[in-house]
Amino acid sequence: MAGSILAFLTPERRAVVEPRVTSLASEAWRRFRRHRLALFGGVVLATLAAVLVVGPLIYRTPMNEIDFKAKLRGPTLAHPLGTDDLGQDLLARILYGGRISLAVGLVAMLIALTLGVLIGATAGYAGGFVDHLLMRITDLCLSLPQLPLLLLIIYLFRDFVRRAFGPEAGIFFLIVAVIGGLRWMRVARLVRAQFLSLREQDFVQAARGLGAPARRQIVRHILPNAFGPVIVAASLDVAAAIIAESTLSFLGLGFPPDIPTWGRILFDAKDTLDHAPHWAIFPGTAIFLTVLSINYVGDGLRDALDPRRVLPS
Amino acid sequence: MPKYVLRRVLISIPVLVGISIVLFSVLALAPGDPFEELATNANVPPEVAQRLRAQFGLDDPLPVRYVRWLTALARGDWGFSFQSRMNVDQLILQRLPVSLFVLGSAYLLALALALPIGILSAVRPYSIFDQIATTLAFIGFSLPTFFTGLLFILVFSIWLDWLPFIYRADIDATGWRWLAEHARQAIMPVAVLGLFEGATLTRFVRTSVLEVIRLDYVNTARAKGLSEARTIGKHVVRNALIPVVTVVALQCPTIFAGAVVTEQIFRVPGIGSLLIAAILASDTPVVLAITFVYSVLVVAFNLIADVIYGWLDPRISYA
Amino acid sequence: MDEHEVREWIRRVKNGTLSRRHFIEAMMGLGLTAPMATQMLVSAGVARAQPKPVGFTPTRRGGGGRLRLLWWQAPTLLNGHFATGTKDQDASRPVYEPLAAFDPDGNFVPILAAEIPTHQNGGLSRDGKTVTWRLKKDARWHDGKPFTADDVIFTWEYAADPATAAVTVTAYRDIERIDRVDDHTVKAVFKEPRAFWYDAFFGVRGYILPRHLFSAYKGANSRNAPQNLKPIGTGPYKLVDFKPGDSARYEINPNYHVPNRPFFDVIELKGGGDTTSAARAVLQTGEFDFAWNMQVEWDVLRRLEQGGKGKVLNTTTGNIEHVQLNQTDPWTEVDGERASVKTKHPIFHDLKFRQALALLVDRATVAEELYGPTGQATGNFLNAPARFRSRNTKWEFIVDKANRLLDEAGYRRGPDGVRLTKDGKRIKLLFQTSTNSLRQKNQAIVKQACAKGGIEVELKSVTASVFFSSDPANADTYSHFYADLQMYNTTMTSPDPQWFMNQFLSTEVAQKANKWAGRNPTRWRNEEYDKLWNAAEVEFDPLKRAAQFIQMNDLVVNNVVVIPENWRNRPAAVNLKLGGMELSGWDSDLWHIAYWHREA
Repeated sequence: MAGSILAFLTPERRAVVEPRVTSLASEAWRRFRRHRLALFGGVVLATLAAVLVVGPLIYRTPMNEIDFKAKLRGPTLAHPLGTDDLGQDLLARILYGGRISLAVGLVAMLIALTLGVLIGATAGYAGGFVDHLLMRITDLCLSLPQLPLLLLIIYLFRDFVRRAFGPEAGIFFLIVAVIGGLRWMRVARLVRAQFLSLREQDFVQAARGLGAPARRQIVRHILPNAFGPVIVAASLDVAAAIIAESTLSFLGLGFPPDIPTWGRILFDAKDTLDHAPHWAIFPGTAIFLTVLSINYVGDGLRDALDPRRVLPS
Repeated sequence: MPKYVLRRVLISIPVLVGISIVLFSVLALAPGDPFEELATNANVPPEVAQRLRAQFGLDDPLPVRYVRWLTALARGDWGFSFQSRMNVDQLILQRLPVSLFVLGSAYLLALALALPIGILSAVRPYSIFDQIATTLAFIGFSLPTFFTGLLFILVFSIWLDWLPFIYRADIDATGWRWLAEHARQAIMPVAVLGLFEGATLTRFVRTSVLEVIRLDYVNTARAKGLSEARTIGKHVVRNALIPVVTVVALQCPTIFAGAVVTEQIFRVPGIGSLLIAAILASDTPVVLAITFVYSVLVVAFNLIADVIYGWLDPRISYA
Repeated sequence: MDEHEVREWIRRVKNGTLSRRHFIEAMMGLGLTAPMATQMLVSAGVARAQPKPVGFTPTRRGGGGRLRLLWWQAPTLLNGHFATGTKDQDASRPVYEPLAAFDPDGNFVPILAAEIPTHQNGGLSRDGKTVTWRLKKDARWHDGKPFTADDVIFTWEYAADPATAAVTVTAYRDIERIDRVDDHTVKAVFKEPRAFWYDAFFGVRGYILPRHLFSAYKGANSRNAPQNLKPIGTGPYKLVDFKPGDSARYEINPNYHVPNRPFFDVIELKGGGDTTSAARAVLQTGEFDFAWNMQVEWDVLRRLEQGGKGKVLNTTTGNIEHVQLNQTDPWTEVDGERASVKTKHPIFHDLKFRQALALLVDRATVAEELYGPTGQATGNFLNAPARFRSRNTKWEFIVDKANRLLDEAGYRRGPDGVRLTKDGKRIKLLFQTSTNSLRQKNQAIVKQACAKGGIEVELKSVTASVFFSSDPANADTYSHFYADLQMYNTTMTSPDPQWFMNQFLSTEVAQKANKWAGRNPTRWRNEEYDKLWNAAEVEFDPLKRAAQFIQMNDLVVNNVVVIPENWRNRPAAVNLKLGGMELSGWDSDLWHIAYWHREA
């Protein structure tokens, strides 16, 4: 099966861990700290998040005030990151857009995670026909062409959701739902694989023998063990979702023009790349830094949560 | 073995039918109108637009349209493009060679980068080489392709004026010049796509090889006193080949999807740009056909990966 | 201007200090038609300028090498009668030709016709019902067959047949019959007298099809014609290869019916991509020679122009970017229909409010910042050809005046500065348009000025394909107009305003009964306007007819049914060495392709 190969290839599957959760956490942290780039990524991410959360409270310049006299200016005191072609303040727009871009990444990841854990756990625990059916559906979804389908669904339904939920919220829900809805399969597979390997292990058997109800078994014993690989997959999903959103915006199919997500700013800036590069470079760098940091953190987590992992000495 | 392959092929069929139902339903709920441009043209009476809708069977109920489409597909009739008034299969066939050329070159470039770098990184994990390679790979797949594409155009076409940024399918030349022109205009799209794909593949290859290196028998080989080069050459690479080949096959369809953006930026007349144009023009039969082609590719490469994997790994039996 | 002055002007045209174009425009400004002005020059001994390019003029056919054209929308088929946009009409133009074309001033230029039918040469009958065409005798189809009257008659039968579903049907369906007088003369008889007879066989709607290749594909079978993608025409270039949605390649027609033309040996037309990079490829890198319809912000174009490889040419059109005011109430449903004609708009029924709104639209800023030389601020809905342009209207942007007007009319400001209706509701208007960066900026400018006038405006943008769709089930289309204000560009497809001005007729109101296919989305109804329009249809005196259209324009503008914003040009990016284009706003950019050339 394609799925089994994927699972085989990812080292996460080997993270069969003993149930000593507390010492595991400290051990993981110790390992994570040694991954310098991951640490760096974590610091960058934390800083970015802090700036995005606190920034708009301190930096009060409105993001949508039009001033043609100041259009396409490079960084100045009044506009620390310069202005766009309407003379709107770029820093304010990037701060606002970053919240949306990050929110898209996080919410899409949560959706993918929830769906994936639910489906994977159900399949892994129930086994038999249910397992078979769910895995067929997972296969089917894995075979769907992601980007084309993403483009298609958003293009077709964005006006509908805009009417139903308003321009901003509607598009947001649509984008996170579609991105998340197309990315749960990996998590589902990981969780299921974890189930299959853990179900027969002593401590779960013991719990079952003691008459622990199914849900309790899953929540207390099996899920924590699947936590490692899933958290890694989830962190990478955040990065993928941010890129997907910016790609959509770049193709003109993302958020509406008055909602300046990073991808959207980049899309608007592409025509003036040669004489006002600041307009593209700041949001471009923001996307790049965020995604890079998340990838590093994911990599660090992978190392940290896999006890068999070779580490630099 | 043939029985196993046959079984896998048979399993793929319901998957494809399922995919086609998903795609068809998504499209059928489309609010767009393939004849929208006519509607803005003051001189075209609405009756004509209505008549065209009827002529192309857009007013029938959904299941009727689906069954009609599926049976036609089974007969080899892929439908008729609203926009071009020609058969969809011809339209796609016209675009496919360019796509295959650009994507194939990009994938080769990606492999040429990923295989040696990935293996070397895995052999010496956390060495300086590995650190640099890892950093570059991370940078590579953290940069969205549309951004690199734009930067390339800015640098190589506009500032340096070395390369054309508009891809032309038929070039007015023959022989070597034709080849050279084609190569020249393909450099940027191939590089953008190949570098991105290469970065991803490098990570996969590194992980796969690392897996094998850590296996016990490798340690045994080392313990037996075999030289490091021999250990790697004889035991590691051969065994690492299994997952690497599988990964290479599995990753292949993703490049098709990645190409949508690149083809759009450089105006490569491939099926990716055809898809975007068709989506924007609500040319349903074309959209349907292309997304379906993508799905078939994904399923096919999954199948190939499975078969190769089974064939290479002696631990799997087909009983 | 008296006779003496006119004579002085003619003298200046003669000695070359005044261009013909300027002269004709000035005369048209005085209410003369372009042909009349031309006639004045002819009788004064100034010969009609055959398209005369400055500098180098090719003296023999061919030898011009390759011409590279870039259309940012790719042609998808090559039959002008099925064109789903200008792209298809343009890509068919090197191959197919009409009987006559429109030059930049809206004058008629014979192409496959030997001469333009006029009253003088007996081509036009006095009752306005018949048009007699004399055709060129030496034109041949690319496959060697001669071009004859039968092809013209067939083209009419083909396009007029409703089963063919040709998009050009309106030009042909009012022709009752076409008589074949001889091999190269036909007589078209209209069902009713028609002042606007120059539609069929003209310009982009007039491409003559070869009967011997299309006769099997008339009516319902039309979509199967292989020639829809591989046309055989009479034009200066033959099609070599066509990739729908991507590119077309043409080569010179060695037997073209105009001596010593065309100049280029090969034409490549590449389609697709985005506007700005298309402009780049012509203006900055010189990869291409000509790029069409540069809908790019002027600021960007200007910078690209500094690349030094090309320039931007602006062609005058009749296209108008304008804001429409819904005359019905989009927020109340009557008999299952919003914005029903049975309702009145709760705020816009007050002319004072509408006038204040017009004062809040900053046309100067829109023109300067967004359109630059690719358009100009205007107070008129009907701007071209010049003889139809009203001089009775004016526009201004004065926030204080708008505020005074609103105060006087009794719209008090609420606690948050936003005005209230007379029964105390906060005024908030929904302003919709299609998604397009220029339009979004334009919206933002209007919104900001309205805020200063105490009117809150909510912006909405709808994907172009949905906004302009004819889908009766979709409430977001411009013809449903379920908003208070909307903005778009109405294109004028012919130099005659009859069709263009039908979008304010009460019989054209877009509503449920006609599945929103009516052409009048504002749902304005005015008896005086309807009468004028109907009178113009059968008015044969060009001066009186022009006056009628000017009156119609004034009615629409003074009642603030619409707020005209920008009279748009059609900008094209052109290589500096390219000549002979004579781009016309009334015809395809390639109408004159046989005369295009490159200077050494």
